[in-house]
Amino acid sequence: MSTTLLAALPFYPLVSFLLLIILGKRLSWQQASWLSVGAMALSALSSGVLVYQLSQSDVHVLTVQLWSWFSLKGSTGIADVNFAFYLDALSSVMICVVTGIGFLIHLFAAIYMKNDENFSRFMAYMNLFIVAMLILVLADNLVLLYLGWEGVGLCSFLLIGFWYQEKDNVLAARKAFIVTRIGDTAMAIGLFMLFKSLGQLNIVDVTQAAQVSWQVGNNDAYWIALLLLGGAVGKSAQLPLQTWLPDAMAGPTPVSALIHAATMVTAGVYLIARMHGVFLLAPEVMQYVAWIGASTLLLAGAAALVQTDIKRVLAYSTMSQIGYMMLALGAGAWSAGVFHLMTHAFFKALLFLTAGSVILALHHQQNLFKMGGLLKKLPVESTLFIIGLICLMALPGTSGFFSKEAIIAELWSSPTAGAGLWWCAIVGALLTSIYSCRLFFLAFLGKQRFDTQLHIEKSKLLRMSLLILAALSLLGGLISLDLQAVFTDMSAPVNKVNEPYWLHTVAIITPFIGITFSWFYFARYRITSNAEIKASQSMLSQFLRSGLGFDALYQWLLIKPYCFIARLNRRDIVDQMIMLNAWYVRLWHDTLSTSQNGSLRWYAAAFGLAIVCLVGVVTL
Amino acid sequence: MTEIPLEHVLFLSCILFSIGFVGVISRKNTLFMLMSLEVMLNAVGVAFIGAGSAWRQADGQVMFILILTLAAAEVAVGLALFIRMQRRYRSLDIDELNEMRG
Repeated sequence: MSTTLLAALPFYPLVSFLLLIILGKRLSWQQASWLSVGAMALSALSSGVLVYQLSQSDVHVLTVQLWSWFSLKGSTGIADVNFAFYLDALSSVMICVVTGIGFLIHLFAAIYMKNDENFSRFMAYMNLFIVAMLILVLADNLVLLYLGWEGVGLCSFLLIGFWYQEKDNVLAARKAFIVTRIGDTAMAIGLFMLFKSLGQLNIVDVTQAAQVSWQVGNNDAYWIALLLLGGAVGKSAQLPLQTWLPDAMAGPTPVSALIHAATMVTAGVYLIARMHGVFLLAPEVMQYVAWIGASTLLLAGAAALVQTDIKRVLAYSTMSQIGYMMLALGAGAWSAGVFHLMTHAFFKALLFLTAGSVILALHHQQNLFKMGGLLKKLPVESTLFIIGLICLMALPGTSGFFSKEAIIAELWSSPTAGAGLWWCAIVGALLTSIYSCRLFFLAFLGKQRFDTQLHIEKSKLLRMSLLILAALSLLGGLISLDLQAVFTDMSAPVNKVNEPYWLHTVAIITPFIGITFSWFYFARYRITSNAEIKASQSMLSQFLRSGLGFDALYQWLLIKPYCFIARLNRRDIVDQMIMLNAWYVRLWHDTLSTSQNGSLRWYAAAFGLAIVCLVGVVTL
Repeated sequence: MTEIPLEHVLFLSCILFSIGFVGVISRKNTLFMLMSLEVMLNAVGVAFIGAGSAWRQADGQVMFILILTLAAAEVAVGLALFIRMQRRYRSLDIDELNEMRG
């Protein structure tokens, strides 16, 4: 019973995707949204049932093999690569997040995109995205995981560039695709190396074989973990491949919520958590993970401080929250990282969707400096946004608090993290609270800085999906994740010796310091009397606004030289060599066609000559 | 009656055939080309007759009769074509008819 449910899980959205893409515009809005949202509801329901059944059973693991895909001959015999799903505590958290949040976002999107001409194409891509994500998290081997991984990349490309009539969107989509592809290539190489040295691709087998055949600090383990980290960095928008995420806000807002907050960017976190058996054998890489996470969280937090676009603030905050997850994984706080992944999915989806409602109400105005005073105009949205923000800031009692504190608490004593990274996390939390307050003051307080009539969507479904998300964000911290079964082999010795008593107090107080600071520092955003405020144009804020100049750096360091080489090789040397064949054939063609001159006497002469030659050949 | 050696007959046939062939490829006027063709056919006929008499078989003469009928048919078709050609191109020059080039 439950295996059938598990096997069918990705197929509801897949069928819906196929129907939507085949029937396309022949479906009315009603039919298309029933189909796509209904499929998502079925998926969400069945994953709920699955997780319940899993928690009731004793085995904690559920596998189902759909069909065998291919087998590979490795160093230690034949490794079967099957189309098989593997459900344990970690993947059940992921399927709940993917299908549950995915369902709510679909519900929202059905209303948000109602008037779009290509509605059914949009919903089809959204469904396909869920299919890919489910395959990614349920895969029992790394090849199938890679299939989902690439599928997610493809769907993000399609969805970011959904409004492809505008050049910027297409460029953003292309950038997302290419930048994540760099990480994907690293990951593919990592998988090849993994197969070469272990001869296994099944995730459970790989973890076991790694622990048997590798010592801690093994060279193979180091390189493989590093390459897998490369893949995770690309997909999760961490340093140095983070540049695609802010631009990816070009897509419609539900896409941002789905891809860039709740699911896709967490794929990298999932990958590292899933392959923790390998990462544990490479403590240096664990340190890299932690440092990448910490630097991304500081960088993104600083960049979020000065953004003018509401969605870009949220995008940078996503980056910084993913940085927290990476930091947790690097410190070996696996459960805390996954827990933060879940709570972040709740409140970031809420924030993005509420921002979407606000943007919709303001007729697609995304500039924070053209908002203001929305608290009175849109009380429900404002309340929901406040809920999202306090979760983001991790005020005590909210879900973000539980998960972020869980991460911060483990940092100090972790062998791969330590006090330095703990301070990074605290500074990150401070930055989080400051940019959250700035965002809130600019958008919702102060004087109204727009002169259009608000377009208020009074759909009950829209409100409902937001309310469910708000409830989850507030109460999500009470969900106790039992990931012990997955992460039992966390072997790091915990030295609780020199942990100062003030750690927890500082961690709890930090967001309040941030709020107090911004209450006074951003006072002019709150209680401004004039109807115009300008974004700061100083060198520093422009530098921060551009994401610390990474785009310019890559432009100068990578894109320019690449384009130069491409221009040099415009005629494509390899192509020219292949064109030699064509040139040879053409030469013969030309020769032979001049002989075809239509003159009968020439033909007769050729005839005679040929006979003479033939007779000569035969007689000699 | 002295027997003519086969070599002589074949030599005559070769000379006739070559004269005909050179005529076909050097003449521009189609009428002359047709005549040259006839010469070539007759060269073949001479070779058949000679061979038939050398081996004392009737087959050579049978073949010659076949060639004669073939030549007659060819001349009939050829002359009909030339009349059409004269009507259409106002000339019997074969090089005018090179429209089917390459």
